[in-house]
Parts: sequence; structure tokens; C-alpha cells
Amino acid sequence: MTVFLLRRLLQAGGVVLVMSLLVFVGVFAIGDPVEILISPEADQIERERAVKALGLDLPLWQQYLVFLGKALQGDLGRSFVFNEPALQLILQRMPATLELALGATLAALVIGLPLGLYAGLRPHSPVSRGIMATSILGFSLPTFWVGLMLIMVFAVQLGWLPSTGRGETVEILGTRWSFLTRDGLAHMAMPALNLALFKISLVIRLTRAGVRETMLMDYVKFARAKGLSPSRVTFVHVFKNILIPVVTVVGLEFGGTIAFSVVTESVFAWPGMGKLIIDSINVLDRPVMVAYLMIIVLLFITINLLVDITYSVLDPRVRLEGKS
Amino acid sequence: MTKGLQAAAAAASLAFLLAGAAAAQTLTMGVGAPVTSLDPHYHQLSPNTAVAQMIFGGLTGTDGSARVVANLAESWRAVDETTWEFKLRQGVRFHNGSEFTAEDVAFTFQRVPNVPNSPSSYAIYTRPIRQVEIVDSHTLRLRTAVPYPLMPTDLANIMILDRETHGSATTEGFNAGPMAVGTGPFRMASHRNGDRIEFERNDAYWGTRPHWQRVTYRMITNDAARTAALLAGDVEIIDQVPTSDLGKLRVDQRLALSEVTGLRLIFLGFDHSRTEASPFVTDNDGKPIPQNPLKDVRVRRALSMAIDRAAIVERVMEGAAIPSGQFLPDGAFGHVPGLVPPRPDTEAAKRLLAEAGFPQGFRLTLHGPNDRYPNDSRIIQAIGQMWTRAGVRTSVEALPWTTFIGRASRQELSSFLVGWGTSSGEASNPLRNLVATADRDKGYGASNRGRYSNPEVDRLLEAGMRELDDAKREALLQQATRVAFEDVGIVPLHIQKNTWAMRRGLAHNARADELTRAQDVRPAATAGTAAR
Repeated sequence: MTVFLLRRLLQAGGVVLVMSLLVFVGVFAIGDPVEILISPEADQIERERAVKALGLDLPLWQQYLVFLGKALQGDLGRSFVFNEPALQLILQRMPATLELALGATLAALVIGLPLGLYAGLRPHSPVSRGIMATSILGFSLPTFWVGLMLIMVFAVQLGWLPSTGRGETVEILGTRWSFLTRDGLAHMAMPALNLALFKISLVIRLTRAGVRETMLMDYVKFARAKGLSPSRVTFVHVFKNILIPVVTVVGLEFGGTIAFSVVTESVFAWPGMGKLIIDSINVLDRPVMVAYLMIIVLLFITINLLVDITYSVLDPRVRLEGKS
Repeated sequence: MTKGLQAAAAAASLAFLLAGAAAAQTLTMGVGAPVTSLDPHYHQLSPNTAVAQMIFGGLTGTDGSARVVANLAESWRAVDETTWEFKLRQGVRFHNGSEFTAEDVAFTFQRVPNVPNSPSSYAIYTRPIRQVEIVDSHTLRLRTAVPYPLMPTDLANIMILDRETHGSATTEGFNAGPMAVGTGPFRMASHRNGDRIEFERNDAYWGTRPHWQRVTYRMITNDAARTAALLAGDVEIIDQVPTSDLGKLRVDQRLALSEVTGLRLIFLGFDHSRTEASPFVTDNDGKPIPQNPLKDVRVRRALSMAIDRAAIVERVMEGAAIPSGQFLPDGAFGHVPGLVPPRPDTEAAKRLLAEAGFPQGFRLTLHGPNDRYPNDSRIIQAIGQMWTRAGVRTSVEALPWTTFIGRASRQELSSFLVGWGTSSGEASNPLRNLVATADRDKGYGASNRGRYSNPEVDRLLEAGMRELDDAKREALLQQATRVAFEDVGIVPLHIQKNTWAMRRGLAHNARADELTRAQDVRPAATAGTAAR
């Protein structure tokens, strides 16, 4: 187990290193941050000063070494735009993205599981066919467009929900959370649903497939033969067994939701990490880009690790590599 | 009208006024560009300037048409060729009660060039000042090395800080709130980076008190979402209205628009840096042309003539611009009366090209951004077709601004679309930056990306920059402008209109410099009743 963990950590370090190098070279290839950030009025002397102030006068490899040296001490650099530590900027925005992603995941389970279960148990009913057809839309409609449509319908036409932004927040342990206020929840509803749309479809399809497969299993037949009530068969014997793949996929998807909430956040002006990274890319704010991607890489690696460990705990047939 | 009716009408309008005043002392604004810093000396960027002008104040300011007006300085004059004297306003206090004096101005000028890590500092405005002399607590003399007529114009950009309060203020201190203390009409109440800023009215403001007690300044960068937020009633006024929404918003009974001709010129630059082959110019067989045709004024004139500016403004810009033949719109300092764009004439353009030795035309790639200016990529597509019709087979390449602008600045392109916002509102600014010969020591031509160079323009501009007499300076700048455009150094296309959309019942003083500030918004009803 320890060897496994150590190896995983080493791999994670390698991925982070390669990724930071890619971002450095990438930003360098895209353009010159000073050209984007500086006021057009600035003359040549001021431009030279800005290049120096941001440390961009050094050759790229030196800039990278300076960055690495500082990163090893936990300093990922200061944002060119905000003059605040990049890590701090991202962590400030993280709660907003986290609560949106959690809300979306929750919505996916609450909506997706019952619908999938129904579609699996009655595969030939017209309602099931309707559910499955609609889930195709969830996969294929672009989030950007759906987000705007949601705003047009629920905010502009019906006026039920606020169109954009994050509502009232409550401060807990120094971070602001909006899911604890009515206003906050109202603001969260549409972006969370928009982000959940793809996942809902995913959960429906996974659940349906799982149910249909499990229903044919010997132990389900046996349970029925034993005379157990249909609801007991469904919710105890079938449901429990299909839950394992669903939870795994949704768990893995969670990382993706955080990383790719960019579109939803920008449509709904949701002040999360995704909006920060999009704004930072637009002005080539390299320290923020690097720090953001590092956090995302770490997030994915951690989630994968947790999933692997959970597997080995849940299913004794799965052995972690390196154990033997 | 009978007395009774009049009284009833008066009572009704009073009741309306009171109800309005009680209910509508708060304002929520939705702006399209994110504010990056509340430190007024850290990052020179329009959205930051707009917010800075709500919290702080400069010695001078500019009105809606970008003319210089008194602000924290009541008056100023040039004592001699190299000395400016500013008389400061008495009895002005910072939000924390500290008094505003000449010491604060001297302190501010010292801080401006020394803000750490600034990606775009304001030092360009304080650099001409060689010496600051405090005559008394409210009189200040600024000495320069050479005559500097732009001093009052430049100082509108420098927000004055308090020596006692801001002695060791950091950019983070401003962003977090405690240091965001100025002399302006609003105090900052809270700031959530990239999301919103909340303001409270400064009741001790020395000037006209704004109407709003509380203002929420929300940043909604997505165009469609910003319009939707206005339609849904979540915000009461938005800026940067997308041109595609203009038609719909104009006829909406619930909304009103405010609009003004701006100061942002959209133009085409040409590669003047090469006499030999230019990278994106080839003959009709795709082989490089040994001599850069764009160096020939007849070719440039033909290309300018081939463009139907009125059609672009009408079809592509949906009327949200005016065609232009020069840097600035009518009424601005240095605008040249009668300097209009050429009449679109494809046949005349073909003849000029033939005269220049290209009867069969040539091939050209026109570059431009696709995410910077309203409809930027569609404009270059339209121009590509117009040029092709005139015999210059043009392919069009639209790039993201981040990639595009670096290439344009490194002279890697042959022809390209860019824009220039003349924030100072006078002609020396675009002349100096866009068409003057690039020269590091003079600070000229820093944004002259095509490297146009004309000694006559340089000479007239330099003479103008030394001339303290406004009328003589304007004449020199007009002459320089005329020379540059008759030589087709750059090809002006149009000047954008700035548009705001708001809930009906609000009135907005639209600004040519694109700044969106809460003090420019008031309830229309109040103004109307007061006028009666």
C-alpha cells in the first residue's frame, strides 16, 4: 500500500512538472503578456519597464527555473493582473466552483437515478422511451446555448429566477458559501442545472443499463422466486448493485465538472475558478494559468487515487499494484 | 389648465417623486469589462479608470466629450514655458476625514512611478514633471524640462491619494478595501474580485452629490448574459451593448438607450517597414513581389478608395459607428474640418493600381482580431471582398487578440485591423502613438505597428507638442493629421458609438471615453420635474 501511494505521488509530481512546462512554453508561443496588459498609451520606456517588472525580460528557461525555485517553496507567483498571489486568488474563487459542482452532482443523482431506474424497469413503456430520447438532448445540446435559453425562459420571460451572478453568501470558516441562503440558492439553481444536464443524462443511461443487466441475474430471479416483494427486490437487491458503477463514474466526473465549469460560469457570470481562468487566459496571466492547471491536475490525481483505494476496500478481488 | 388640475398634477408628480426617491436610491450596474484593480496607480485600463473616478479624484478631469475640466484643482495656468501652476480646491476631505492639500499631490506624484509589479503604470503621465514645488498648502508648481502643453490633460489620469493614509499602501490593500479611500463621490463598501463592487455615497463630497445612496457594480463579461440581466431586471443599466441586440432593445418599451459618438477609431495599418517583399503580399501566382507595393501611396490610396465605409457601418456595425477619414470626430481638439474618407470607387481604385504598376492587382492577406472590437472579424471579411472586387485578391485571417497583437507589433503582418481609443480626446495622442516615426527616446510611435514614417508629420507634431498656445497647437496638429492621412499612412474606417441600455425612467450622461460611472446615471423623472 505504501509503495503504491509513493509511486502514485511520484507520478503526480511528474505530471505537474510536465504540465507547468507546457503552460510556460504555451503562453510564450501564444503571445506577449505585456502587449496585452499594457495601456496602449504606454511609450517604449514604459513597455520596457513593464517587461522587467513582470520578469519577462529573462530567457524563457531562466523564467521557468525562477518559477520552479519559488514553486518548491510553495510560491506559485503573483498574478500579473491582480498583483496578488495566484494560489490565493484561485483558492478565493474555489468555494463558488465547488458548491456549483456539488450542486450539479447532487442534481444529477436526484434526477438521474429515479428516471434511470424507471426506464430500466419498464424499458418498453412510452414514458421510458421519452426519458431516453430526452437524455440524448442532454448529451448533445451545447451547455452554452442551454444556459442562455434557461436565462431567457426562467429569468427574462417568467422572472422566477435571477439571471446571473452569485447571490447572498454566508461566511463559514473564512469562506463564502451561497447555498445556505434563499437568495443564494435561487442564484445557484440555473447554473447548477445547466452544469448537471450532461451528468443527468449520463446517470440515466448508466442506471438503466445496470438495471436491465441486473434484472436478469440469478440472484434477482432467486429473490423473486423466494417471494420477496417487487419493491424489496428493486431497492435492496438491484439498486445496491447498480450503485457501484454509477457512483464511480459520477465521482470521476466530479473532477471534470470542476475543471470544465468554465462555460457555465461565464454564461451565468458565476465568480468561480472557471471564470477566473477564462479571464486570465484572455490576458495571458501566466501565473494564474499555471497555478490553476496545477490545482486541477492535483485534483484529478487525488480523485483517481481515492477511487482506486475505495475499490480495493469495496471489492477484495481488486488488488492495488505494487502490493505484492 | 385649471388651477385644480395643476395642483393635482403637481401633487401627483410630487408623490411620484417621493415614491421614486424612497424606492430608487440604489442602482445596480452591469459592466462588460472586468475591473482588475482598485489601486488607481497599478493597472491603466478603462474599467479601472471608471471605478477610480467614482472613489478618487484627479487634479483635473474630463467631461462627457473628453474636454478637460476642473476637478481637485480649481484653476491652472502656465506661469512660463516650463512651469505649470495649479490652484487646489479648498475644504476637500478624503473619505476618512483627512484634508486634501498640496502635500498629497506631491506624495501622489512620488508614488505613481513606484508601484511594484505594475503591468501598466501611470508613470508616463508624471515623467515630464521634473520638480514639484509646493508654494502654499493649496498652490502647486510643476516644472518640466521642455514646454509641456498636455499637463492638464495628462493629470486627469492621476488619482490623488492621501499622504497620511496611503504612505505604505499596497495594491492588495486597495483591493481588500481599507486603502480604497479617496475624495470621490462614492466610498467603496465591498469588493469581490471579478464579481462585483459595492459603493456607498460619500455625503461629504465637495461637488454635485450623486443621486444614488448605494451602487452595485457587477461585472458580466458575456454579452448575451449582460443583455439578459437587463431584460430580467437584475441590473438597471448595462454598457457595451452588442450591436446585434441594438434593434431589439431600441423598440423595447421597458428600456431606454443612451448613445454618443466615441473616441475609438477602427483603422487598417500597412507594412511600411519593408521596402522589399512583405510577408503577406504576393503576385497572382503566389510568388513574392520583390518590391513592397504597400510603400506606394497610390496603392494605399486605391485600397482606401475600394472600401465602402458607409456600407460597413450600416450593415456590419448596425449603425453603431460613423465613417471617418481621420482620428477624431467633429468637435474634438485637432479634428480637421472637411477631412472626409474617399468616396468608394472600385473603378478609380483599379486605375490607381494600374498606374502603380499592378494592372492585374496582387494577392494580400488581411489580418485582424476576432474578439476585441465589435464585429472585428466581420469587418475584415467585408473589406476583403471589397478589395478583391478592386483587383487585390484578399484572403482574410481573424485571430484571437492574444496571438494577433503580438504578431502585429513584431511587424509580421502586411495589413491588419486595429483600433485606437483616444482617451485624452485630443489629436496629439493618436499622432504621437500611431503615425509618428517610432523613436524610443522621444516616446513616439510606440503603437505604430506598421512603422509608418513621414518626417513632415514628425516635424509638425513636435512643433505642436512644444506649443502652449491652444489655437496655434491645434492648427499644427490639424496640419500633421492632414499630411498623415493624405499620405494614407493608415486607413481610417469608422469611429465607434458608445451605447448604454437602461431601464426606462433612468437618464444617463453618455461618455465619449467609454467609462461607465454611477455619477452619470440619475432618475429621468427627477430631472424632468426639476426642469418644469
